[in-house]
Amino acid sequence: MTTSSTLMGFVHRRRRGAELFLLVLALAVGVGGYAAVGVGVEGKVPADIIGYGGWLAALIVAAHIVIRLVAPYADPVLLPLVATLNGLGLAVIHRIDLGYAARGRETSFAQQQLVWMTLGVVLFVAALVVLRDHRVLARFTYTIGFGAIILLMLPLLPFFEPINGARIWIQLGGLSFQPGEVAKVMLVVAFAGYLVLHRDALALAGRRLLFVDLPRGRDLGPILAMWLVSLGILVFQRDLGSSLLFFGLFLVMLYVATERPGWIVVGGTLFLGGALAAWKTLGHVQDRVDIWLHPFEYYRNAQPPFSDQIVEAQFGFGWGGLIGRGFGEGDPTRVTYAESDFIMAAIGEELGLTAVIAVLLCYGLIVERALRVALISRDSFGKLMATGLASIFAVQVFVVIGGVTRLIPLTGLTTPFLSYGGSSLVANWVIIALLLRISDQARRPVPDLSADEEESDDESTQVIKL
Amino acid sequence: MSELTLFLIRVAFLAILWIFVLSAISVIRSDMFGARVPEAARGQGAGAPRPPKQPKPSKRRGSPTHVAVTQGSSAGATASLAQAPILIGRGTDAAIRLEDDYASTRHARIAASGDQWFVEDLGSTNGTYIGSVRITQPTTIAIGTQVRIGKTILELKK
Repeated sequence: MTTSSTLMGFVHRRRRGAELFLLVLALAVGVGGYAAVGVGVEGKVPADIIGYGGWLAALIVAAHIVIRLVAPYADPVLLPLVATLNGLGLAVIHRIDLGYAARGRETSFAQQQLVWMTLGVVLFVAALVVLRDHRVLARFTYTIGFGAIILLMLPLLPFFEPINGARIWIQLGGLSFQPGEVAKVMLVVAFAGYLVLHRDALALAGRRLLFVDLPRGRDLGPILAMWLVSLGILVFQRDLGSSLLFFGLFLVMLYVATERPGWIVVGGTLFLGGALAAWKTLGHVQDRVDIWLHPFEYYRNAQPPFSDQIVEAQFGFGWGGLIGRGFGEGDPTRVTYAESDFIMAAIGEELGLTAVIAVLLCYGLIVERALRVALISRDSFGKLMATGLASIFAVQVFVVIGGVTRLIPLTGLTTPFLSYGGSSLVANWVIIALLLRISDQARRPVPDLSADEEESDDESTQVIKL
Repeated sequence: MSELTLFLIRVAFLAILWIFVLSAISVIRSDMFGARVPEAARGQGAGAPRPPKQPKPSKRRGSPTHVAVTQGSSAGATASLAQAPILIGRGTDAAIRLEDDYASTRHARIAASGDQWFVEDLGSTNGTYIGSVRITQPTTIAIGTQVRIGKTILELKK
């Protein structure tokens, strides 16, 4: 018998040095991007580069030190990937700020984003320090799930105003916040807790119909409820992206938990049914599909619907070509919402396909690392949670970048870590903290309790003199 | 600022971006198989270090065949490890059914991973103990390791 630390044939190293090395490169991307924007747009390195770079470095180093202290075995690649995307996003948002300024519109998106990033890192640190063991979350499955539903319903209250037709924001003292972004993290935790308990019933009971194992009717309850919730979001909040995200997330987690392809069939059918019904009955869904199929017919239309946003984004990608126009040489602010949903179009225009592929690879690596955490995790709750968090990233990136590049109809979601948007950024930092916590637990050598059995027995039966 | 400088800045920035991506991939690559376990550590934990060329004898020597209840009101109950994973608890679907007021319906599970056996607590009320330690994650057990559930003690047997 080998020792349990050699269980999988190897032990994981801590790799904190490798993480630091990658973080230095990530910082070079962030600060270098900021400097390049200054040089390209204004012809000089920005005056506040020291302050900006110092602030970014302080945030990243703080996150690194906290990982060293409280999660020494955590995955070494996740934090640098996130830091790079966040740094690149800040630089591009700063570029867009300058672009708006040239058009006479004063914005300070980059500064606000830096403030939100600071808040994100603070919550990241807090999550790692407070949550020493992710399994604690399993105790609050239903509480967390209930909280998530409340948060999702919150924007429907009458005193919160819809923005751009979607009721997904709440306004608190001048700040607007999307509770759905927080709810998605809570839903993953709640799903994972629920499925760990019920996966046997979901997987084993059921009957076979046409080569497909269909689950029992009563086990269908949760997925039907989830389907209704996501349709409800679609109908009442007019938020296509989130409803797609929640439904896809739940389907992936069900499939992973039960290993039954039947769920994919059922879920796929429900998705197609829901999508068809929405397309038939909801005007704004129909518009989206039409714009996706025939964008140029709606370009610079006299009356809505318009397709200017998506068409200008395509022009930008085409103009950018392989290595882009260079910072300051393009005109990304043609596209409305270039700083949030359409940030990939700005990157494609000024940095070209080369940078777009690098960004996509970064997302791919985040998803890969998260799925690897799920593979090596020893407890099922951690496995499911890591899978869910990975699929959030995967689905969200696919939906938004697929929409911007006109692969699928456009739905509004933020590009994680790149887009301007406080709630999304903060929630994503917390997701990374959870992933690092699970990976720290999974990569830590197994405490070997079987070897020192005798000694611990002797200790526990000490005779105490009375 | 001249055209050439701007071009060089653009190329340099893209290069940094890609150097980062490639370094991240190389860290992942070197992380894939972890650290080699040093010889000393390998010999230390195992009573007899497994000779790599004949793994079978050592496996047969060390491999348990069933789980038995050694103490408690259901003492004597056994379950063959061939049916792993083995569910332990008060429920009727448990492979080892305990008559122990301190056990939960689905209390713990014994499962294999490679040639190791694990006991995993299934969220029981009163917990599963190895020695005096309450286990919080799947924990390796060997022949003779006493797993305590309520007033019951289970062991792996040859």
